[in-house]
Amino acid sequence: MKSSTLPNAIVLACALALSACSSQDSATPAAPASTAAAAPADTGGSLKGDFGPPQGEPVHAILTSPPQVPPPTNRKAPAKVIVDLEVRELDLEIAEGVTYTFWTFGGTVPGSFIRVRQGDTVEFHLHNHPESKMPHNIDLHGVTGPGGGAASSFTAPGHSSQFTFKALNQGVFVYHCATAPVGMHVANGMYGLILVEPPEGMPKVDKEYYVMQGDFYTTTKYREKGFAPFDMQKAIDENPTYVLFNGAETALTGDRAITASVGQSVRLYVGNGGPNLVSSFHLIGEIFDKVWYEGGTRFQENVQTTLIPSGGAMIADFHLEVHGSYLMVDHSIFRAFNKGALGILKVDGPEDKAIYSGKEIDSAYLGDKAASMASVQTAAKSSAAGTLSKEEQINAGKTLFAGTCSVCHQESGAGLPGVFPPLAKSDYLATSSNDEVIKLVLNGLTGVVKVNGQEYNSVMPPMSQLNDDEIANILTYVKNSWDNGGGQVTAAEVTAVRSGTPRAEGAAH
Amino acid sequence: MEKLPPDQSAVAVAGAACASAFAAEPEWATLPGAESFTSVLRFEDSDGKVRVAPFELMTTPVSNAQFLAFVTTHAEWRRGTAPVIFAEARYLEHWSGPLSLGAQALPQQPVTQVSWFAAQAYCEAQDARLPTWAEWEYAAAADATRNDARSDPEWRERILAWYSKPSNEALALVGQGEADIHGVHDLHGLVWEWVEDYAAMLVSSDNRQQLDPDLLQFCGAGALSTDDRENYAVLMRIAMLSALEADDTTGNVGFRCARDSAGARP
Repeated sequence: MKSSTLPNAIVLACALALSACSSQDSATPAAPASTAAAAPADTGGSLKGDFGPPQGEPVHAILTSPPQVPPPTNRKAPAKVIVDLEVRELDLEIAEGVTYTFWTFGGTVPGSFIRVRQGDTVEFHLHNHPESKMPHNIDLHGVTGPGGGAASSFTAPGHSSQFTFKALNQGVFVYHCATAPVGMHVANGMYGLILVEPPEGMPKVDKEYYVMQGDFYTTTKYREKGFAPFDMQKAIDENPTYVLFNGAETALTGDRAITASVGQSVRLYVGNGGPNLVSSFHLIGEIFDKVWYEGGTRFQENVQTTLIPSGGAMIADFHLEVHGSYLMVDHSIFRAFNKGALGILKVDGPEDKAIYSGKEIDSAYLGDKAASMASVQTAAKSSAAGTLSKEEQINAGKTLFAGTCSVCHQESGAGLPGVFPPLAKSDYLATSSNDEVIKLVLNGLTGVVKVNGQEYNSVMPPMSQLNDDEIANILTYVKNSWDNGGGQVTAAEVTAVRSGTPRAEGAAH
Repeated sequence: MEKLPPDQSAVAVAGAACASAFAAEPEWATLPGAESFTSVLRFEDSDGKVRVAPFELMTTPVSNAQFLAFVTTHAEWRRGTAPVIFAEARYLEHWSGPLSLGAQALPQQPVTQVSWFAAQAYCEAQDARLPTWAEWEYAAAADATRNDARSDPEWRERILAWYSKPSNEALALVGQGEADIHGVHDLHGLVWEWVEDYAAMLVSSDNRQQLDPDLLQFCGAGALSTDDRENYAVLMRIAMLSALEADDTTGNVGFRCARDSAGARP
């Protein structure tokens, strides 16, 4: 019988294995190899990271500014890699209309992305621009040796330092300035990432991007226009004014959003420069297929939110199935919506309703909020009776707006600069006819629009699930709020526009 | 174009010839010193306390005009003449010539791009010397009303505010900063300043009484060697100076001279 032969076979195999182990030393390597398939052996760390002296001509490392990542090294043998990194102290925009004095590696925050292969010998040149006021150095977490290079790279303005190290450990590592006061150098943006590829390289993907979070401390308030000086006390208190990806509130929004297409695999190298906060990194609407947590060798699969320590990094891979805009946030969520930790991944391509339908049904569910929806009921009754007043429309519109529109456009109508356009005091609304704004609600809006002098390039989904009364009420509320100059939209107008409009693609019903 | 008053335009073009006339003689402030001054540096044998004897300090950093007067009479310190081992290639490079200032070096701006050796030579020519770190730190602890204002957050803020400004704008003229209680200007907010014993702060052949030479170059160590965060701001100055060799020059390092107080001078 088959059921009885199975245990026998296992016993036999065990006996064979035992005898093999005890009888012959030469057979032993087979055992670790077979267990490796189940649970991979460790990489051996730095002990196994030296592949001998560099071969061939020295290569100059390609450095990239965020969010770009240098191409894979595609090397099969250890090389001598020359890295030239220049320190600049620069006034750059930290938020719209707000400047800050950044100290940078390579002129950007975070600093240039460096990519080498495990076993490479890296000849590092740190140049401190003559206009710099401060001495600087660099501590690369990918360096084995005291101070991570900091002791060998202390560089006065107008000087260059050189040191050489062998990249023994694979992984993605933070580098940063370690000159006293370290906190201030880091708070001013002196950090970046160095990727030490495993010998076989990273698995192939279609797109790679470089993102780094940092917290910033200014004596001025969040978004207070003008020059924002560094605030040491707030830094000590760990009370940031800004929490940002890539050193500016607008670094990854609007035209500067990172992009990919449906069907592509995307990899993010995400670091956290700190100086203080730990990041709960999350991409709204995506699940990371793989996360090389802490930037190390192992990956976890199917991750929603991953923790990135200050002075740490991680690698995340995911495959894109659905088009649209995806927000990357620090899911310590006030940082995202009140301190700037927001970036956008824009995905184009065909939709796939089998995977994501868009909104299918929006039916009233009042729950214990019945009272707050009273204004909507009143308006509906009045509308049916033909006695609807503008006042009733505004009241109903306010409630509906809070439920449907305020998620993006904010209850204040202010939107989110660079991400969601404002409706408050909006020149876009002022110059659009009733028909045009009704169409906009019914069809949604994709592509570049300019509102109050700022360009927006994101996606508003069609809102045709709203009935004619509701759209009329919302628009009347918007027109009569936030200095928009008044006006009225009637349900009849909506009906007329809707009848002349084919149901929008991606519409909710 | 706005016309300069005759006396100023004359200076602008005449260069070395009238430099000495324009360059006011250095003014000196008298500082009382302190029996037990708490330095940011931990002098191991004295628990961070140092005696600062009474001394005199120039009220402003040395100006371009004053330094021009010096090189006019000390030919061996002219740009192109001074040996490179005492003053690197960028020594006074922003001057239009060895004996002329030009548009990049206004007479009343602090002189920069000067090496420690050159600064020391200038001071010797004034029968003076560079201040020691302890003297400089003691002087810089003052504000307009107090000998030691270091516990006041505003004092620290003023220092940090300067750090957070980039140096891509022209330096202000000397003496524009508010005078402190001793009548000294610009110890903060204008330039880094050489001190006599700057090399001993880090690179000492005998560091038993000084910090570990590596200490300040690392992350945690910088914080470890300070007693409080007010000192954090001052430590940056040490970090800056310790990054330099004595022949180095930069666009932000100048100096002023000190001398023993009149009674103590020979």
